[in-house]
Amino acid sequence: MARVRIQPLGDAALLVQLGSRIDTALNSRAHAVAAALRKRSGVRDAAAGYSSVTVYYDPERTSYRGLAAAIPRLVADPGRVGPSGRLHRIPVTYDGPDLGEAADQLGLTPDQVIRLHGQPIYRVFMVGFVPGFAYLGPLPAALQLPRRRVPRTLVPAGSVAIAGEQTGIYPLPTPGGWHLLGRTPMRMFLPDSDPPSLLRPGDRVRFFPA
Amino acid sequence: MEPVLRVDKPGLQTTIQDLGRSGHRAYGVPPGGAMDRFALLAANRLVGNPDGAACLECVLTGPVLIALQSCLIAVTGADFGARVNDEEMPLWTGVFLSAGERLAFAGRRAGARCYIAVAGGFGGDRWLGSLSTYQLVGRGGLGGRALKAGDLLHPAAAPPHPQVAGRHLAQRLLPPYDRAPRLAAVRGPHFDRLARPARTALWKTEFEVGKESDRMGYRLEGQALEAGGRDILSIGLALGAVQLPPGGHPILLMADHQSAGGYPVILGVARADVVLAAQLLPGEHLSFTETSVLRAQDAWRRLRAALETI
Repeated sequence: MARVRIQPLGDAALLVQLGSRIDTALNSRAHAVAAALRKRSGVRDAAAGYSSVTVYYDPERTSYRGLAAAIPRLVADPGRVGPSGRLHRIPVTYDGPDLGEAADQLGLTPDQVIRLHGQPIYRVFMVGFVPGFAYLGPLPAALQLPRRRVPRTLVPAGSVAIAGEQTGIYPLPTPGGWHLLGRTPMRMFLPDSDPPSLLRPGDRVRFFPA
Repeated sequence: MEPVLRVDKPGLQTTIQDLGRSGHRAYGVPPGGAMDRFALLAANRLVGNPDGAACLECVLTGPVLIALQSCLIAVTGADFGARVNDEEMPLWTGVFLSAGERLAFAGRRAGARCYIAVAGGFGGDRWLGSLSTYQLVGRGGLGGRALKAGDLLHPAAAPPHPQVAGRHLAQRLLPPYDRAPRLAAVRGPHFDRLARPARTALWKTEFEVGKESDRMGYRLEGQALEAGGRDILSIGLALGAVQLPPGGHPILLMADHQSAGGYPVILGVARADVVLAAQLLPGEHLSFTETSVLRAQDAWRRLRAALETI
């Protein structure tokens, strides 16, 4: 296990960095550490990133120093990781506004992009940005592109998109800088459920052409 | 319960807010809640409510509200020239309205957001443990939206007994609200990525709050700050965090901020000073000064102590 870095994020949160790469084992550990921290007194919330955990604490009930001192032990033995997640099959109509341009940039045909995008079983590394937005990966190397230079001010809900090593589905109409390959009718944000997200960390996702 | 107030005019952007929701960041749900948490806490104390009761948050202009029954209210935060019927109403003070009386606002004198509390708290739609309006998803508060003319506002609970008007928070105990505050901030996890000249600029620049600034965050215009290093993997963000996107213009994250992001986080503003930022409008200015975690926590403790005098 690499050295754990703990740093303040303002005066009521701290960031625990476990590593700096996209890695399933590291990500599982981050989620297990977040789950263990959520049960700790004085901790109001904890959210795992790809390879980090952000801890939101109440300084009246626990101290930065006390929490920081306890974390390395938790990281070394975070307890049992929950069962591996559910598998979701998600239909996609591949008619996105960026499909042609992305294919050109990648030196592929649109059909090849569609086939490659549907091949892997992706992992939900984290849910964030807006409610229900799942960061899925890793994306096949042949599909990796930097984000769009100019982000769109409005991406429609249900858009299926790629950027870097990631793919994802916009749950709500929001601004966004990813390349839009298509759309799905499936709802990602479930406002009347708790949790309000179809996809949860650790779940797996496979796309298929609708 | 019978409605306590009727909305005659809604004001620019008036929403129901409380202290926000916690425990759902891992699903992308931001904390939400009042932008100026001090003003919300004070408003609640002044009418005898618990800290977490919901108030109205009003941006730039206040609403016009008609009392449908006698009620104890308080107005805190920004000074928009509150008036009961046509008489000036004292801010940071509990005041009784009689049935038929009209609360209105003459115009902005200082600040960006004022808070209106009513004894018993405002009721509404609770979403994931909070009454706070989260407009992006249309949940919480009154149907997940800003108030409209004709809305009836219901209390969440019977007013606490006894109802005491005239409770007051002394002027000297208020946060140092200012049109160009200096916000105390702790170095963020990616502060070291700033090039040396950018570090100097960060502490010296007076940033302007950009036009595209709202409850999600403030875009800060000023000298572009240069940062190095590889892309970072998305991390969980926090209220008051200052992100630095590639263009070099920082973003200060406010109550409805995105829960995760992949830009370097160069600062974390102290909770006590997020309160000051909450009272700024686009076009106004702010700067940063360095503090430590312990000093920042003490600053919030001092604000909390001020509330104990109510």
